[in-house]
Amino acid sequence: MNRIQAKLQEDKKLLSIYFTAGYPSLNDTLTTIENLEKNGVDMIEIGLPFSDPLADGPTIQVSSTQALHNGMTSNVLFDQLKDIRKTVSIPLILMGYFNPMLQYGVEEFCKKCQDVGIDGLIIPDLPVEVYHEEYQTIFERYGLLNIFLITPQTSEKRIRYMDSISKGFIYTVSSASTTGSQSGFGKNQTDYFKRIADLKLVNPQIIGFGISDHETFSQATQHAKGAIIGSAFIKHVTKHGVNNLKKFTDIILKK
Amino acid sequence: MSYHVNEKGYYGQFGGAFIPEMLYPNVEELRQNYLKVMAEPDFKKEFDQLLKDYVGRPTPLYFAKRMSKKYNTNIYLKREDLCHTGAHKINNTIGQILMAKRLKKTRIIAETGAGQHGVATATVCALAGLECIVYMGEIDIARQAPNVARMKMLGAEVRPALSGSRTLKDATNEAIRDWINNPIDTHYIIGSAVGPHPYPDMVARFQSVVSEEIKWQLKEVEGRENPDYVVACVGGGSNAAGAYYHYLNEPDVKLIAVEAAGKGIYTGESAATSVLGKEGVIHGSKTLLMQTNDGQITEPYSISAGLDYPGVGPMHAHLYETKRAEFISVTDDEAMIAGLELSQLEGIIPAIETSHALAIFEDKKFKPEDVVVISLSGRGDKDLNTYIDYFKL
Repeated sequence: MNRIQAKLQEDKKLLSIYFTAGYPSLNDTLTTIENLEKNGVDMIEIGLPFSDPLADGPTIQVSSTQALHNGMTSNVLFDQLKDIRKTVSIPLILMGYFNPMLQYGVEEFCKKCQDVGIDGLIIPDLPVEVYHEEYQTIFERYGLLNIFLITPQTSEKRIRYMDSISKGFIYTVSSASTTGSQSGFGKNQTDYFKRIADLKLVNPQIIGFGISDHETFSQATQHAKGAIIGSAFIKHVTKHGVNNLKKFTDIILKK
Repeated sequence: MSYHVNEKGYYGQFGGAFIPEMLYPNVEELRQNYLKVMAEPDFKKEFDQLLKDYVGRPTPLYFAKRMSKKYNTNIYLKREDLCHTGAHKINNTIGQILMAKRLKKTRIIAETGAGQHGVATATVCALAGLECIVYMGEIDIARQAPNVARMKMLGAEVRPALSGSRTLKDATNEAIRDWINNPIDTHYIIGSAVGPHPYPDMVARFQSVVSEEIKWQLKEVEGRENPDYVVACVGGGSNAAGAYYHYLNEPDVKLIAVEAAGKGIYTGESAATSVLGKEGVIHGSKTLLMQTNDGQITEPYSISAGLDYPGVGPMHAHLYETKRAEFISVTDDEAMIAGLELSQLEGIIPAIETSHALAIFEDKKFKPEDVVVISLSGRGDKDLNTYIDYFKL
């Protein structure tokens, strides 16, 4: 069983953290991952930086630009991760835009992911139809789950379509927004989380975008299996570096 | 082979809609409606009426006598520079604002490089009484100050794009992010033949009035609808798409696309996408784009803000790949000299974008009997400061 699938079966609400690989410093990637696991994080999304991250707000944009400036590339990342499975056992998901993957060669990229122990991919600008028609067999050949995003505007028909070809979880984007642009959830959003939960999908949902503290984490996980934090974490490491992450995870988990 | 878009939104291997799910409902709404709306008789009537009374169409097809004599061939200039607001861009914004109204949108966003598309968008928003926000790279805001002032006078808000290279590519990113954050009430008027399907096709259709007019105008003066050549500059490719449109499937008409070589194709300061680009995904479509081996989009350079874009529309990528169009690159210097030459031979000061198309005659030779139509896409008023600096006027 894929590590993501195994994790989703655990009887707990999952905390997933996104960070940009190679940020704040090029060689922070491993330390970040190891410290996150040590401090109780359930799953990690490793962001492969891209020059033009359309779905991201200023925080992740700036971290991406800095990471690229630091020298991060697909090959550097794969190299940094080559022994990661000797020390880390939680699921690792690679999140990146489609173009770097396309240049690497989709199959070669997937193979590399499998080699280093990546469990799934999130590619915001690879539409579900294109994935389904052109890439699903390749992803699956290398044991990778593809994670689909849904938003409050995604139709039920389309959600069910994604649910039917998804084998991990559905990434519920909390509101119509780029990353890092929300603070706190209103009734609209909690209604939407509930509406999605009531669809009784095959795949569990994990909510992302707009989760930044214990309160939003609790609100989100009330109607979902887990929640993903990105921009708030990037802000934390920008200020405090990657060595002491306990402070951050403790706040989220209210330890 | 067809050079038009297929039912899945592709030109050969190029095109498609590589967009985050957050944009899917907006783009899908447009995809399902654009052809239907454009075919409605009252839409056509309103569009044609505005092109005639407001834009000033048809624009003349002018026989450039002295230029023809100099290069020993027959050169016609399609005078898009005479459109209201000074460039072809308004053909598309008129079409899209009518589209936005029919889709019940109340807020308009746009990106702009040189400011021509921004002005054209601000203009139609004033005309329609809709809120208008234009994203423009911080660097372009500084180098195109008169157009920024025009947009403000027209009631638009100009928001600086502060990310990346702070030019057209980044303004486009910011506009897309705005659209993600405002999915219900907002229509995004893309100015070039780029972006996710159906944008390249929709923009090409709204611009196709250019080649539609060339056909009957040329018939009147030359007794034939088809020239031997149609020449246009290409950044994203909207004026070329319009000038080529009705000739795409006419093999006897040769198409020439002129790109900006900047300081020279291989100097690292260029925007010659057909030479320097590889297949990739930018702003929602698969096309040719300038990028590193690692798939990061690189910064283009051209003296002309309107050609300063690292990609090219998917229609043009297909025209290049299939060799339907010949691609020529022209440097800053060659373009500037050609712009000055047109001014002094014909009394027309062209936009620097257009000057690139005019610069091919030094190297590319035509027969004395050839009929060559050049898309004179815009006028040079906005570029006066650049001309002044360059020629020390």
